[in-house]
Formats: sequence, C-alpha cells, structure tokens
Amino acid sequence: MEYSERLQNVTVIGAAGKMGSGILLLTAIEMADLSLKPENKNRQFILNAMDVSDEALSGLMKYLRAQVLKAAEKKAVQLRSVYADRTDLIDNEEIIREYVNDVVAIVRPTTLIESAYNSTLIFEAIKEDPALKVKIFSQINQNSTKSPWFYTNTSSIPISKIDKEANLGGRILGVHFYNPPAIQKLVEIIKGENTLQELVDFANLYSKNLRKIVVPSHDFAGFIGNGHFMRDAIHGIREAEALQSKYSFAESIYIMNKISQDYLIRPMGIFQLIDYVGIDVCQYIMSVMNPYLPNEDLHSDLLDKILASGVRGGQNSDGSQKDGFLKYEKGKVVAAYDINTKSYAPIAEFQSKCDDSLGKVPASILPWKAVVGNPKKDDLFKAYFTELNQTVSFGAELAKKYALRSREIGLNLVKDKVAFTENDVNTVLLTGFFHAYGPINNYLD
Amino acid sequence: MTKLRRKVYMIAGYNTISMGTGRKEFHPKKERPGLEEYIKEAGQAVLQMIGGAKNVDESVIGNFIAARFNRQANMAGFVPFIDEGLKYKPAIRVEGACGTGALALVTGIKSILAETAEVVLVLGVEVQNTVKAIYGADILAAAGWAKERKDGHAYFFPGKFSDRSKAYAERFDKEKTRQAMAKWFQNAIENARLCPTAQEYHNTTKDLIACGMLNPNPKGFVDSLNVFDCSKVSDGASAIAIVSEEGLIRCGISKNDAIEIMGFGQAEGDITQTPADLTQLDTTKAAVQKAFESAGVTKEQIATVECHDCFTIAGIMATEAIGFAEHGKGIDFVLEGNTARDGKVPFNTTGGLIGWGHPTGATGVHQAVTIWEQLTGKAALNQIEIKPERPYALSINMGGDDKTLVSIVYKKA
Repeated sequence: MEYSERLQNVTVIGAAGKMGSGILLLTAIEMADLSLKPENKNRQFILNAMDVSDEALSGLMKYLRAQVLKAAEKKAVQLRSVYADRTDLIDNEEIIREYVNDVVAIVRPTTLIESAYNSTLIFEAIKEDPALKVKIFSQINQNSTKSPWFYTNTSSIPISKIDKEANLGGRILGVHFYNPPAIQKLVEIIKGENTLQELVDFANLYSKNLRKIVVPSHDFAGFIGNGHFMRDAIHGIREAEALQSKYSFAESIYIMNKISQDYLIRPMGIFQLIDYVGIDVCQYIMSVMNPYLPNEDLHSDLLDKILASGVRGGQNSDGSQKDGFLKYEKGKVVAAYDINTKSYAPIAEFQSKCDDSLGKVPASILPWKAVVGNPKKDDLFKAYFTELNQTVSFGAELAKKYALRSREIGLNLVKDKVAFTENDVNTVLLTGFFHAYGPINNYLD
Repeated sequence: MTKLRRKVYMIAGYNTISMGTGRKEFHPKKERPGLEEYIKEAGQAVLQMIGGAKNVDESVIGNFIAARFNRQANMAGFVPFIDEGLKYKPAIRVEGACGTGALALVTGIKSILAETAEVVLVLGVEVQNTVKAIYGADILAAAGWAKERKDGHAYFFPGKFSDRSKAYAERFDKEKTRQAMAKWFQNAIENARLCPTAQEYHNTTKDLIACGMLNPNPKGFVDSLNVFDCSKVSDGASAIAIVSEEGLIRCGISKNDAIEIMGFGQAEGDITQTPADLTQLDTTKAAVQKAFESAGVTKEQIATVECHDCFTIAGIMATEAIGFAEHGKGIDFVLEGNTARDGKVPFNTTGGLIGWGHPTGATGVHQAVTIWEQLTGKAALNQIEIKPERPYALSINMGGDDKTLVSIVYKKA
C-alpha cells in the first residue's frame, strides 16, 4: 500500500482534545493536499474525527476551519498553482476559500467508533489510560477487515505492552506529537518490540511531509520527552520543598521557578511548565511511568496534595492558562500558591526579598527570548555558564545544581537505553520544549 | 506639450501620517482612523493655510480603490464633508491606480489652465489596512489587466516587479542589482527616519543593507524580491492647493511659499499589453521627456526627484528612464550614492514609497507636497540644499506596471 492509499481512510480518536485536534488539523491538510494532486482526482479521502462529545466535535469543526484558513493564507502562493486549472477561481480569496472547503470536506465528525472500522490508519490521542487504549484498539482491530495501523500519541505507556494486550501483531507505533502539534516541530517515534518496519517508514515520511523533526526513542515508559521532563519536575519540586525551612511555600515555588527560568535561560520556569501541561496530567504520567522504574520513585506527594486542594493548572479551551502553582493574568505570572493558606500570595509582596537572598546574578545573563534565535548562542551560553560557575551566591548554587541534574537526567536516558544518542536527548529538549541549549553540554565543566 | 499658457502654482501642502506596520501607533487589531478622518485632516489643514473653504473654486479627490478596501465609492461626496463651505461647489474623483494622486494634480492644473478655476483643492487618500496583505494583493491587482490575474502571482504586483528585477539582474549584473536594491532601501529608510509623518519614521534597524541583501523567499513570496524591496501597505492622505496668479493673491500666499508648475507630461500605456522590455520603464520615459519638453528644462537642471519606487527595482529603472544613467547603469548610479540625500540628485527625500509609505491614491500628491517643502525651505530635517544653478524638481507617479504616468517639473515661484 503506497503513501496516498494508506491515507485514504484515516481516523483520529480523541480528535476534539488538545493533541487530537492538532493531529487532525495536520492530517486533514496533508490528506487534502494529496487529494488535490492530479493523479488522485478519482480517489476519495476520508478522515474521521472521532470523539465522545457532539458538543466538542462542533467546537472542533470551528477550530479546524479557522486554522485551515490561517494555513491557506500562508500558502496562497502554492495554492494558486494547485488550482491553476480552475478558471472559476481567480482571486486569492476565492482560492483560499475553496481550499478551506476542500480540507473541511474530508473531515467527518463522529461519535461512533464503527467509523474507524474502514480506516487503514488510526491516530489515537485519548487520555493516558492503558486499559482504555487497549480496549479501543482491540475493538477496532477485531471488527476491521483492513488490518489497520495504530499510531498512538501516548507519551508514557510502553508500545509493546499495548501491542501485546490488544493483540495487534506489531501494527502499532508510538507517534508522539508535542503540544500544540500544529506548532511544535518535534515528533518522537517509538517502535515496540514487534512493531513492523513499514509503520516506521511511513511515519517518517508522513512526519517529514508535515515538516516535523523526528527523534526515535526506545520503547521505555516516558520515552525521552517525559523521561527528562518528569524527573526535572521532581527535582524542582524537591528543591522547593527543601527551601521551606527558610521560606514560605509560595516563596519557595517562586524561587525555584525563577531559578529554572531566568538562571537556566529557559522559556518557562519548571512550575509554569507543570501548570501548562496540567498538574493532574503530570501526576498521571508519573503514575504510568513509575511502575517501570525499579530503582527510582517518580512520585510527588506535593502534587497529590495540591491536586487534593483543587488546584490543577492546564489550559482553558481558548488556550489561556489556568491557575496552578502560579496564578496568571494575561499570560503573566502574578502570584504563587500557598498550600498552607490555600490562597495565592502576590509575588510583588515577596519578590525583592527573595531576589535579594538569591544574591548576585551573573552579569552575562540574558533572557531566553534574546538568545534562542541567536546564531552565536553557543558562545553566549559558554560565557554565561562560566560566569555562573564562578559566582558565589545562593541563586548560583541552586542554578548549577539544577543544570547538573538536568544533564545527569539526560545522560541517564542514554545510559538506560531510552534515547539512542545524547544528541537525540538534546534535540527533544530543543524542539519539543523550546530550550535554547541541550541539557547534555559541558558549559559547567 | 508646449509651454503652459498660464502660470500655475502649488501652495499649502499637507500630509497625514502614513499609517501601517512600522508605526508605533499601528496595531492590526486596534481600531484606526478611516477614510473620513484622513480626508478631513488633510483637507482642513490645507483650507486653514489658504484662508478657508470660501477661497476654493473646486476640488479634486484622488482615490484608487475604496470601493473594495472600504466599500466606498462616490468619493467626491467627501469633499463637502471636509468643510461645509465646499458644499455645492464642483468636486470630482479621479482614479489611475497608484498613479491616481498625480492624475488628481493634473486635473487641478488643467482647471487652472482652462481658467474654470483660480483655486483648486487637490487631495489624495487611501485606507488599505482593512484587509490582510494576501487579500489586499487581490484588490491591488485591479491596477493590472483583470484578464491577467488568473495567471498572475498570489502577490500580483510584487510578482510583476519581481519579473522585472529578475530580467534586469540576468541581463546586467545579478550581484550588483541586489546591492543597488539594498542601497535604495537604505536611502529610503534613512530619509524616512527624518520625517515624522513617514511610515518608517520609527525604524531603528541597525544594518539596513543586511536586510536589503536578504535572499528572496519564492515559496512564501516572490522569486526575485525580498520584503524590503517593496513599499508597505499604508493608510493616509495628502493634500495641496493648485492656484493661478489670481488664486495666490486671493489666498494671501506669498510667492516665497509657493512653487510653480513649469511643465508636465502625461503618458498612457496599453493595459492589455505586457512590457516590450521588462528591463525598462518605457511609459515613464515618455512622460518624463514630455515633462522636460513642456518645461523647457534638461535633466542637468534637476535638483531633486520624487520617483515612484513602489519596489526598489522601479526606483533604479526610474534613474534610467529620466536619463541620469544609461540602460543597465542605473545600478551603478545608485551604488555610487548619486540618489542619496547627500548625492548629486537626491531622490525621494522624505523616504519615497518604500520609506514614507504608499497610500496608493495619495502618493502622487505626497510627492508634490515633498517637493513644495523642499523648494520653499519647509522640509525641516529632510531639507536638502537647492543650488541656484539647478533650481528644478521632478516628480514621477506611476499607475500599474508602467501604464498610467504623470511627470511634473516644478520650481520655486
């Protein structure tokens, strides 16, 4: 089955979710572009957008239309040649509108799992529940005559486990997009023990056509992305807990968030990132990964406690940030949560006190924004970390410890055969987490 | 065209800000002034300088295509909106794509020559930031032949001038052509930085040449132009009064504050024809020659030029069409610094279309206002030295791809 044929009937399960909607958008555009090729004129392309809620599906279709419009406006130059034969379409506006209609026409919103029985390719982006994934995959596999391929977006569950339990005979592959899939460049590809090579080859080509950067990962719970992120988060949480002998809870959260963002020159501090992903999602991923880690306890009582108090983080449906460890106003951090008082303490009240106690900041420090696109960033980081290494202050100590732990986590991912190479670890952090430098570096040597 | 049968002057020029990306006040999602505000601001400013609406005999309003950008036609109806005193006086709207502004000027000049008016208020206006650039390209494509649109580029006019720049570069010198285009961009921005109404007034880019040298991105834009080669999308209005000797007296304006129209040339190319030679602006050349003949001057007597640099390559080709450089040598002429503000013939001293902005229907009028400022010593930081042996100024306003051309020769009254 060649590339276009495989993509003629596709289902995205969990299509209305945060990840599913992005995968649906990218796949719909890819399929529409194929359908518009002269050689595919007589072929039908069908993309089932499956989810459990009709309401969410209505929202999804609106989102899809708006996003495809944006994408079409960006590629109007190419679209003019795609529709060159259509003498009725003259202005960009007419061509763009036609393209949006063509993309949307491929997509069939549905709440019925039966729709997937005719698909040759299934993308799955439901919640991280191994039993549920296995149940759905088994049902489709038993009822389909197409021997479909299953691409799961799991970020933590071993692929081989799903393969065995759902009895898929190696027709499963981890194709892990990063949030939001339409923007993030990274796709982690995870082959299970028995995964057929064809699935990998197709996924590579499909990702390439979507202009994604592919990093292969071994089939080990959490893979590279969460393998680093969850341990990095645990480090930040434990450091914050340790600070509580001298600082209030809110102050400790503020300090570690500042260290991990400003001192480590990252796009977000660790607590902001946990909030962004969702505190509940982080807790859940850790619980999925933990049983596979015999020598390690990837668990935080603090996450349990904070969730019990009703604080969850995550995003609103319009993409804005919900309050979590931190409180946000127009995307900016304005307060930190205090578990003891169950309320947010404005950062302005303790910021200068905390900053003072962190001490002298290296003069060569730069904000992430100023460095990330800089072609000379390697020199800038060398200079900064050298200075950080020589700086004697509480803040510098916390930052050095954090950076070294991040590197250790990265090196362990290679040692424990989660990542194939050190470079793969760095690529995941650079592209999936927008870091400006890879965690495995020698800046602090 | 022979010598003008009567003396014609321009007085009391005014420009609004050229609004669009680059201006600090501009935000695509925030509400902005519309046609009404721009017309009123520019019109009232001129009326104030010439003693009020009572002194105006008739008005000309230039606008390219408000019918599509703003769902507005019948633009002459906005003239009495400027001032009640203009109610029931004659008003006419003219259109010639990006050459609209100068068509408005010659319409005013002809009324003075015909002795049907002694004072004409001339205004040009365009408000284009109402749609995204990709849809604006559809609207502006109307300046070309509609039957060519289907086969044209998504960005129709950048596509046309990309073809010209490609042909020019391939025929003469690729590297030097790119360098000259970058140099043109640098001159434009440096001039605009001195002019508070210019769209690029707030531009702080350090390495302008590096921007100008960027490789074109054919996938997202056109083959042979980068975005810095192109004038931006602008909103704005410019206005000026065109008067006779009697009109000057009526308005109480001294000749010290006036410029005289020494001659003008109009030329039209066939919109259904593709240019015979992509590397030359033939219609421009014809219009400039007529203007020189009409005024009885030569290029050696020109102190400054306002040319129609909708794209950097058009500016370079204009230096050749005027005769300052031989065919293929415009790039050297520009690279040698001749068109810079301290060069032999400073071009586009307030930034031109690339630096000051290009509210299409207003551009021709803006050119006249800049020349009025320069020749009467009102150009503030933009002021260049006008030497007595070369007292003339030249403007070239172009509609479409070298189709609707007006060139005017001016001198201090």
